[in-house]
Amino acid sequence: MANIVQFENVGLRYGNGPETLSDISFALAPGSFYFLTGASGAGKTSLLRLLYLSQRPSRGIIRLFGEDAVTMPRGRLPGFRRRIGVVFQDFRLVPHLSAADNVALPLRIAGMPEAEIADPVSEMLAWVGLADQADAKPETLSGGEQQRVAIARAVIARPEMLVADEPTGNVDPEMADRLLLLFDSLNRLGTTVVVATHDIQLMQRVSGAQMMRLVKGRLQDPTGTLRHPPAREPA
Amino acid sequence: MSGPVAQNAERTRRVLDEARGVRAMVWIIAIMLFLTVLGAALGLATRNAANALESELVGRATVQLVASDPTRQEAEAGKALSALRGMPDVRRAELVDREELAALLRPWLGDDGADPDLPVPTMIDLELATEGPATLSRVRAALNRVAPSARVDAQEAWMAPVADFLDLVVLIAFVLVVLLATATAAVVVLAARAGLDAHRHTIEVMHMLGSTDVQVARLFQRRIARDAGVGAAIGSLAAIAMLLLVSAQAAELGSQLLGQASLGPSGWATLAMLPIAFVLLAALAARFTITRALESVL
Ligand SMILES: Nc1ncnc2c1ncn2[C@@H]1O[C@H](COP(=O)(O)OP(=O)(O)OP(=O)(O)O)[C@@H](O)[C@H]1O
Ligand SMILES: [Mg+2]
Repeated sequence: MANIVQFENVGLRYGNGPETLSDISFALAPGSFYFLTGASGAGKTSLLRLLYLSQRPSRGIIRLFGEDAVTMPRGRLPGFRRRIGVVFQDFRLVPHLSAADNVALPLRIAGMPEAEIADPVSEMLAWVGLADQADAKPETLSGGEQQRVAIARAVIARPEMLVADEPTGNVDPEMADRLLLLFDSLNRLGTTVVVATHDIQLMQRVSGAQMMRLVKGRLQDPTGTLRHPPAREPA
Repeated sequence: MSGPVAQNAERTRRVLDEARGVRAMVWIIAIMLFLTVLGAALGLATRNAANALESELVGRATVQLVASDPTRQEAEAGKALSALRGMPDVRRAELVDREELAALLRPWLGDDGADPDLPVPTMIDLELATEGPATLSRVRAALNRVAPSARVDAQEAWMAPVADFLDLVVLIAFVLVVLLATATAAVVVLAARAGLDAHRHTIEVMHMLGSTDVQVARLFQRRIARDAGVGAAIGSLAAIAMLLLVSAQAAELGSQLLGQASLGPSGWATLAMLPIAFVLLAALAARFTITRALESVL
């Protein structure tokens, strides 16, 4: 299969300000694992927002799952978004829904029969260590617990691509390891994973992962491997 | 709906915080419907009364004869009657019975009205085959020849101000109902906007997880329609209770005009349709507002 994501000379400008992202060109091979790094304010979240279709670029070409994502009509966005799991930097849990209902949301939106929802939800909550908090509302959960609910929600529908923005920022190193293992096993099942993080130790945990580095809105790609990714050998 | 589908719908509906937002709308819609049903009832009843009046009066005229002495009056009346009966314009001409006349006059004259010596005009009740001033003047001309003291009144003419008044009341009631419907739609639009605003965060999340606009709109629409339905039911039931009370009291009065001002089965049916129409209106207004608002976000 061709690249799952392709950016060509993409620029992003918020309002009339300066370009937050400039000349971004890269391609993501399906089934690969990427880390996105960069200083705070470098534009990581902005880049991921383009990736999960929450923002259109000011210029350039973005192809997602082989289709032009820039001119894609609004009506087709939901179908594409359902193929992408997102862990937002600020979690974005629905405040009056329990942890379990938050995790179940992607399945309900996709129209899965109610009878088939309960099992995967409790399995997923158990995976992130929240089996006992299934009925808890987000406001009664700690930051790290909320983050884990967000991760469970992002992966439950087995997306083709997982985009996670600082997914381990609020958890202890042990839980960070465990969550990374979750991403890795999802990746082994074929999901392309993109994780934005500051945590260098984390990056060393995943063998075969590639690095993308943003500096002031520009992607560092001295060897050109991000533009033309080598095909990844099956694990 | 049943089983898992209903359950799913129920779960998804809870995505919106039930405690927040549109509760006030229930009461506003209840008040709107209360006023609308009363306004519509007023309009319908008045229209019925106007129709009844018209069907009774159109094509009817009265001839009054007052001569200097009763014998002459009687003679003139006889000639007038036969002249009128000979006219193609006149379908029916009937002498109003003296007894009947006395009964009509009793409220003013008491039992003296029955006194045979009392000079009372002779009245001829006319049913005309055609309407209009031309007919009346032909009738007048014909009468003038045989009974110079005759005076012809089209009942329509002297009731015209009443009919005009009734028409005005119907018009006012109609305008009232239209204004209330407009105000209700405006309230729903405001409530929908407030709901969208209060749930902006949730809607954004739903969109990012792949919700379609239709899925998001359905959450609000259902809720607004349900709130509007509850409000409409409360308002119209209160109004109908009030109308029943009023019509019971009117029946006790036994007034003829009020009796004709009844709603009739079609009137009651129209009133019953109003809350349904308003709930549909609310759902449409909500859908319109929400889809318009959602189109502006990515
Ligand atoms: N919605 C927005 N409107 C205007 N400017 C924005 C918006 N979002 C981000 N920016 C600006 O774009 C730049 C990059 O922000 P971004 O959130 O992408 O950085 P980041 O790399 O994710 O930072 P962090 O590591 O702190 O999360 C910042 O200067 C920020 O102020
Ligand atoms: Mg960020």
